[in-house]
Amino acid sequence: MTAAAERDATTGNEALNGAEVLLRVLDEQGVEVVFGYPGGAVLPIYDALFKQDRIRHILVRHEQAAVHAAEAYARSTGKVGVVLVTSGPGATNAVTGLVDALMDSIPLVCLTGQVPTKLIGNDAFQEADTTGITRPATKHNYLVRTPGALAQTVREAFEVARSGRPGPVLVDLPKDITVGQAPLTAPALSRLKRFRRQGGPDAEAIARTVEAMKTAKRPLFYTGGGIINSGPEASELLRRLARKTGFPVTSTLMGLGAFPSPDPQFLGMLGMHGSVEANMATHGCDLLIALGARFDDRVTGRVDAFSPNSFKVHADIDPSQIGKIIRVDVRLEGDVRDTLQALLDAWDDTPAPDLSTWWNQIASWRSVDGFGFTQDMTPSAVIRPQHAIRRLYEMAMETGRDTFVSTEVGQHQMWAAQHFQFAKPNRWLTSGGLGTMGYGLPAAVGAQVAHPDALVIDIAGEASTLMNIQELGTIAQYRLPVKIFILNNQYMGMVRQWQELLHGSRYSQSYSEALPDFVKLAEAFQATGMRATCVGELDDVIRRMLEHDGPVIADICVAENENCYPMIPSGAAHNQMLLGPDQDSAAAGLTEEGMMLV
Amino acid sequence: MTETIQNSVISVLIENESGALARVVGLFSGRGYNIESLTVALVDAEHSLSRITVLTSGTPQVIEQIKAQLKRLIPVHAVCDLTEEGPYVGRELALVKVVSRGESRTEGLRIADSFRARPVDTTATSFVFELTGSPSKIDAFIELMRPLGLAEVSRTGIAAIGRGPSVFHVNEEHV
Repeated sequence: MTAAAERDATTGNEALNGAEVLLRVLDEQGVEVVFGYPGGAVLPIYDALFKQDRIRHILVRHEQAAVHAAEAYARSTGKVGVVLVTSGPGATNAVTGLVDALMDSIPLVCLTGQVPTKLIGNDAFQEADTTGITRPATKHNYLVRTPGALAQTVREAFEVARSGRPGPVLVDLPKDITVGQAPLTAPALSRLKRFRRQGGPDAEAIARTVEAMKTAKRPLFYTGGGIINSGPEASELLRRLARKTGFPVTSTLMGLGAFPSPDPQFLGMLGMHGSVEANMATHGCDLLIALGARFDDRVTGRVDAFSPNSFKVHADIDPSQIGKIIRVDVRLEGDVRDTLQALLDAWDDTPAPDLSTWWNQIASWRSVDGFGFTQDMTPSAVIRPQHAIRRLYEMAMETGRDTFVSTEVGQHQMWAAQHFQFAKPNRWLTSGGLGTMGYGLPAAVGAQVAHPDALVIDIAGEASTLMNIQELGTIAQYRLPVKIFILNNQYMGMVRQWQELLHGSRYSQSYSEALPDFVKLAEAFQATGMRATCVGELDDVIRRMLEHDGPVIADICVAENENCYPMIPSGAAHNQMLLGPDQDSAAAGLTEEGMMLV
Repeated sequence: MTETIQNSVISVLIENESGALARVVGLFSGRGYNIESLTVALVDAEHSLSRITVLTSGTPQVIEQIKAQLKRLIPVHAVCDLTEEGPYVGRELALVKVVSRGESRTEGLRIADSFRARPVDTTATSFVFELTGSPSKIDAFIELMRPLGLAEVSRTGIAAIGRGPSVFHVNEEHV
């Protein structure tokens, strides 16, 4: 790896400095790509990177973007994402991304530079208490204090990041540790054995669950991001279990793709902007089996009215999630893949029960078509954002290409979740728990780096995407053919929607007075800009965007005042959804009381 | 939640490493859990383990969450809810300074004697009493000293251990 393989005088081993040891360990951990940004405290590491060619470095334009790119890299590949940033502002800029990864259980290792150990605590230039600041922002963090601890600490960081419930881990590296000689110690026995679950899922809990499954009249699988984290095999087992039992499946935002969305057994996403059938089924089911989901408040709505009459089973790899929000009747601790396998084994050849009454009820909710909308197809008509996403989906599918979709945060994100369909896991990249505006563009960078030949689309809002728009520079540098599909309504749409519904239509600070010309902006960054201002132009813009082999910004001017429905107002129950003007709420069996809540 | 708030004494065995205590304290403050008292000291030098005793309060669901969240921390080796596990001994040490003369001074000394509080520093006008016991015993002593020249109190917070022969320790092969 090093040009000059000097030998240590006493041991005869190759003399390496800390930075070289770090890269050796990254290589040993299977790291191929690092997203980062240099600075004083990490210069030794960048020097070591310069002298090798096994690990590729992607230079981002802001440290937050490095973390989001690594998150998308991780979520779309199943590997650990790696970030390298400098001390002080480099580390603090990364914090938003770390919390985002923590909330969405994304495995990351973030390497931060630090001032030399002797200067720590002296308010040195670009010093920050990085481990102090990131303690609640990471699954775990480390400050490497001695050269001898370096190799093993980095190894352990990877183990913590990928084991159990995945999450971000930070390793703070003082400059003297990376400059000075350090031993490439042999891998030591893990001290994390106690976190490994012994044995498979609890047999008695599996038996109780299957017993409940056999007698349930109105069962429902409620699946989450844990299935994605568990790997493609978990998605496959979920599909088999759903086939065998004939149960309906709903998913959280983070779980989309684990079960194919076009499948008739799929009810769509549940929660605040979920489908009518998913939310009514959650409310009305008599058996709710949560698989790798955590009963987030955007899913449950009013907790004491959540799925009030169901027997509840909760499978999660993190015991602290079980019973945190909702009391459950059966706990299934462990990797959801093992749990699904155990459920399949226990179900065995039991014929699928007759659930026709339940499915008829679901069909009547489905007929409300809560995601429905009417697009005026007059060529000059205003584009409705839902229509733009539906057309994007249909035309992207026609290309037959493997497609990855990232989103920013807001209305467009919810419309994407509602109207873009996913047949496979790991194709949907979104900021769920933290709701980080500015996630989508760097996430598209990470996904495209991981999958150079795939179609990668950032479904964006014009406000969110401006939060990390500097990444157009990264896209230009690496010629990443990312498609940035902006639903431009000139408002922070979700803020505007809440202001309309909850704050008397006082649109305080939610209108963007001075947006850039996105077509010219694209050109300034060597990308191609396009614009659709009416429905007659939409298909042509999407077609040209998909055909173009370089990066594209498509500025889709959409209806300014469109709201995202259905909507369960905060603090309301699932049967108290608000429907859009295109739906008949009486047909959905929704209550007047619920309609009045906002 | 209309559930009753309960007090719990939780013991934590944690690696004696930099920032370990901050992780525990940060968990409590970040998630809005109560700390009524907290003590910490190295108890196993061989394995470099410290024992933290936290007196906390919350609904049964919150207490369960506290324990589950503590177990997620990487340096935490074991968590034990002494309140739930069975009878335990909980003791606290207090140093109480009383400044007085005359009748108050002799009355203070008499009460201290009945509490088995020991004067560990004596001047013509002051005593520092050392007292060990349950938090309620110490509360009672302090209340009695209040009219007798109570000047300053330093308390350690509760240290606790289960009664009987069963032992709370870490699995050796996991250290």
